[in-house]
Amino acid sequence: MSKTLTMLMMDPPYESSNTITALRIVEAALRKGNHVNVFAYEGAVSLTFKEQKKHANAVKGTTLEEEDHPLPKDLVASLVGLAKENNLRLTWTNCGLCVDERGVGNWIEGASRGSPADFIKAVTESDNALVIATT
Amino acid sequence: MSKYLFIESRDPFDTTDTHQAFGLATALSKEGNDVTLYLVQNGVLAARAAANALKEVGPKVSVLADDYSIEERGIEANELAKSVRVSDVDSLVDLLCEKGTKAIWH
Repeated sequence: MSKTLTMLMMDPPYESSNTITALRIVEAALRKGNHVNVFAYEGAVSLTFKEQKKHANAVKGTTLEEEDHPLPKDLVASLVGLAKENNLRLTWTNCGLCVDERGVGNWIEGASRGSPADFIKAVTESDNALVIATT
Repeated sequence: MSKYLFIESRDPFDTTDTHQAFGLATALSKEGNDVTLYLVQNGVLAARAAANALKEVGPKVSVLADDYSIEERGIEANELAKSVRVSDVDSLVDLLCEKGTKAIWH
């Protein structure tokens, strides 16, 4: 039977291993047939920012293709796709005020705007919740 | 009795907070609660026997170490403390999805 897990993330992209662990948990939860709610707070709202770009590395002399940076927005998009393929619910809610502060409102498909009230609602409707605060 | 899941992500040699978390987990287990300590990221550095970092964790606390984090840091299974079991993110999700489990990330 499907369970529902709600997670709150706070770390911005490229800052902390917390992000990868959180995404691993989301991926595993979906793969095991569960629904997931993610509330992105503070810097984590940039994870879904659509304008993230790969880049070459002039210091190492590597091209854009050779560098092949994994972009957080693509990782999130793959999770959105995984949920869709398996008829599971993945809600990705970005804190609206945090988005406005950072100017990252142009986001990928699958993300939406919300407030901490949405997080509280998701927690009350979930089997469990995990808050991953910034280090 | 309650179920507690402590997810420890920090290096025990980087912050004394980790020892506070270990102490809290142990105290809760002594009160009869079901306590699991899941080590992840730099938290797995505590899982090495040579680090002697889990000495304050009580015997009733189930200690798990994330396989991905161990592999990333080049820690071999035979280097782990006897009280540690290697686990994975799927098992972590199972623990998280148990209704009523109090999950605490540190």
